[in-house]
Amino acid sequence: MPGLDRFRNFSIVAHVDHGKSTLADRILELTGAVDPRDMRAQYLDSMDLERERGITIKAQNVRLQWADHVLHLIDTPGHVDFGYEVSRSLAACEGALLLVDASQGIEAQTLANCYLALEHDLTIVAALNKIDLPAAEPDRVAGEIEHVLGIPADEILRISAKTGEGVPALLDALVAGIPPPKGDADAPLQALIFDSIYDAYRGVVSSVRVFNGTLGSGGRLRYVQAKANHDAEEVGVRLPLPTPVGALGPGEVGYLIAGIKDVGQARVGETVTTAAHPGEALPGYRDPKPMVFCGLYPVDGDEYAELREALEKLRLNDSSFTYEPETSGALGFGFRCGFLGLLHMEIVRERLEREYDLSLVATAPNVEYQLELVDGRVEIVDNPSSMPTPNEIASIEEPYVNVTVLTPTEYIGPIMELCQQRRGEMSRMEYLSEERVELVYVLPLAEIVMDFFDQLKSRTRGYASLDYEPAGYRASNLSKVDVLLNNVPVDAFSTIVHRDKAYDYGRRMTEKLRELIPRQLFDVPIQAAVGGRIIARETVKAKRKDVIAKCYGGDISRKRKLLDRQKEGKKRMKQIGRVEVPQEAFVAALRLDD
Amino acid sequence: MSVPVSGTEPAFGVYVHIPFCASRCDYCDFATWTDRGHLTAEYVDACARDLGRRALSPASSVFFGGGTPSLLDAAALTRILDAIPRAADAEVTVECNPDSVDLAKLRAYRAAGVNRVSLGVQSMRTHVLAALGRTHDPDNVARAVDRARAAGIERLNLDLIYGTPGERVADWEATLDAALALAPGHVSAYALTVEPGTPLGRAVAAGRRPGPDDDDQALKYELADDRFAAAGLDWYEISNWARPGDECRHNLLYWEGGDYAAIGCAAHGHTGGRRWWNVRTPERYVAAVRAGTSTEAGSETLDAAARGAETMVLALRTARGIKLPGPAADPDPMVACIDELVDVGLLAPDGERAVLTRRGRLLGNEVAARLLVALEGRVLPAGTR
Repeated sequence: MPGLDRFRNFSIVAHVDHGKSTLADRILELTGAVDPRDMRAQYLDSMDLERERGITIKAQNVRLQWADHVLHLIDTPGHVDFGYEVSRSLAACEGALLLVDASQGIEAQTLANCYLALEHDLTIVAALNKIDLPAAEPDRVAGEIEHVLGIPADEILRISAKTGEGVPALLDALVAGIPPPKGDADAPLQALIFDSIYDAYRGVVSSVRVFNGTLGSGGRLRYVQAKANHDAEEVGVRLPLPTPVGALGPGEVGYLIAGIKDVGQARVGETVTTAAHPGEALPGYRDPKPMVFCGLYPVDGDEYAELREALEKLRLNDSSFTYEPETSGALGFGFRCGFLGLLHMEIVRERLEREYDLSLVATAPNVEYQLELVDGRVEIVDNPSSMPTPNEIASIEEPYVNVTVLTPTEYIGPIMELCQQRRGEMSRMEYLSEERVELVYVLPLAEIVMDFFDQLKSRTRGYASLDYEPAGYRASNLSKVDVLLNNVPVDAFSTIVHRDKAYDYGRRMTEKLRELIPRQLFDVPIQAAVGGRIIARETVKAKRKDVIAKCYGGDISRKRKLLDRQKEGKKRMKQIGRVEVPQEAFVAALRLDD
Repeated sequence: MSVPVSGTEPAFGVYVHIPFCASRCDYCDFATWTDRGHLTAEYVDACARDLGRRALSPASSVFFGGGTPSLLDAAALTRILDAIPRAADAEVTVECNPDSVDLAKLRAYRAAGVNRVSLGVQSMRTHVLAALGRTHDPDNVARAVDRARAAGIERLNLDLIYGTPGERVADWEATLDAALALAPGHVSAYALTVEPGTPLGRAVAAGRRPGPDDDDQALKYELADDRFAAAGLDWYEISNWARPGDECRHNLLYWEGGDYAAIGCAAHGHTGGRRWWNVRTPERYVAAVRAGTSTEAGSETLDAAARGAETMVLALRTARGIKLPGPAADPDPMVACIDELVDVGLLAPDGERAVLTRRGRLLGNEVAARLLVALEGRVLPAGTR
């Protein structure tokens, strides 16, 4: 076993599409970790979803040999919703490789993660990628990085992960620049879990970094935050194929299997020590806190049991989302789910649909509100339909976030307009170079979860990037808007919006529903209301005719089949009071895009 | 050939499909062809031979539908009709295009046994006829009526279509007035229905023409129902009105679940719960008869539950209405459903039966679908069914 001074632990900090996975592939080849015959693109991204979206959802790690050094490459989750997970991955390292696309420049999230790395006292080695592209502007981008991060432009390496140019020099620079880990092999064990996945055969497999002491297989372990003991069944390193070792010492990174059946028992940030000589908890642990909520319902009510089972299984692999049963008059039986953020929500939903073959309806996403009631009680509301009536509420606070947008200067106007529409307050604007600017806003999270990303993308033709972090709660002038069908509230459409936007939401929703709800035997009023006050109204006029005119030359079969279809359709209708609504109408009305 | 039968014989009908037309109407999705007139002789021959090998019971009604049956000359029609055993008082109807009937032909039809003529009038307004892709001159309708009467055919039906896009309410009123002025004993008024695959269906789907409007059609139905009633024509089926005693017996057979034989291509037949239909094209029909094989393209046999449901939805369309349900476990969803339909004014109780109100007639599918759901949810006491 080489000495501690031979180890180098680092993460790659990069934006989606800036070439992180390609660089990882090149490094795996160069260090001989993967046989060229077994090589495939984006080797470390194991989920289909990761490959398709070009993002890393789960943190991977691999142990590499470069010259006479051992490198641990820790792949970090690449999205805004996983800031905490990124922080734990960074905590496992002494250094970070900042990788920036030389044709695009540094992006908001990358910058945020870089600041995070600096907070953790990581040494940063910067490299510009894609220098082989004709559109590459390495000098401009290097200048930008120097301006925002203070890394001298002439120290920034220039590589092409695609062709391999500059990659060996980059590995040398990592070895030279990043300090070796420190640690005491004789001290009580302190190991940090920075990722856990659930494997159907092995149970939970955790990625760990040992800080002090020795993590050996067969020992009795103490999971400090989970307050549970488990036996270390297997300890190993990824080369990248999992390879058992007897023990991991200080500074080493590897994996741990301890017969755990639920990733919630081995959360990211958990400290592992020995039961016999427990060490102290490592700093920085946080319970995952859902920020965004929505109801998930099976399109076909018969799939409720399958959805429950899928959620249970998925949670074995992702303990950061929450779910509990809820019933909606419009959508039937489903679950209220909480997520770290909007992308997390999309990922969970997509995995449920794809991996468990379900067809789902999601209600409009919302945030968690803190209410002070007139009787002095404090209440947390994560579901608009459980909001008390306005006369019971003294004040409502909603979560705010600090939003950082990096953009080419030409899009400043459209972005400021968007942020203002979304109740944003600008806190800072700084030019990174002549062409790029950093805008920092304080915005209500609720305004972001609607369609902020899409709007930002379309207004900047995809050039702006975004990062956000929680900025506490603030009192807001909020209203709950109810939508009533024939005077009966439809829970799935209740929403909480700023008072100025209540009318707009009400008008849009009533108009949409008027088009989607089939005519009934009587006039159906569709109303939007705040408290008891109607703010918008549409009417679906009673239907006057619904009958087959004739039978065709004695063709009764055709008529009967038509009526049978109508009967089956009727059986699938959801009953809201006296109004029959096909589920498709609710699904269509919940689509946000139009 | 006419066979005397006692009046207690169950009704039995024969439907003969004549698939040839001079031109095709834009809304029509029946099995018709405008380019196969040359097949007429062999087709007529095939119908007669098909009839000959079936040994049918005496028919209480015969209906020549199409297509345009009046394109058949008297000899051809006579040949087919002669091959159908008929009760002495059998009703024999031929659908006629007002353009293709002259007095000689109608006299010969009468001589062959035809005693009822159904004229495809559709509208008395030329611009509405043009919108339907029809070519006849409204004045020909009165002429055809006079000729039929002159030929000794007293029972007359006029087929009307309402709700054609471009038809104003005044146009429909004019059509109703003109039709009633001819004092028919029977009228059929059908809401224009857009069928996929027809020229009209394609034009509407492509947005080139507007589709019919439900509210407009509902208004026109009510107008028609008022005028017909005032003229002494009572509704006896959703789209049919007649002077008492002048109801179309063949038509009623369909709604009462009676038996009927199918002769000719694409024709539908029914025998005691088995429904069947012939091959769609005249060529294949002729070939099947020549080969001595079955002309059936498909069939379905209904189980007791499906037949019960079918009987109900067919009877629902008629002025007799549906039978109130027999005993069932409590609570009986049928009772609740009928009560609710009566409450909302779609059904009216009538002794042991319940009949659609006028609003109920216009919402007949809605009523039928509700009844079907309720019927399916019934738990029958042990030993029944």
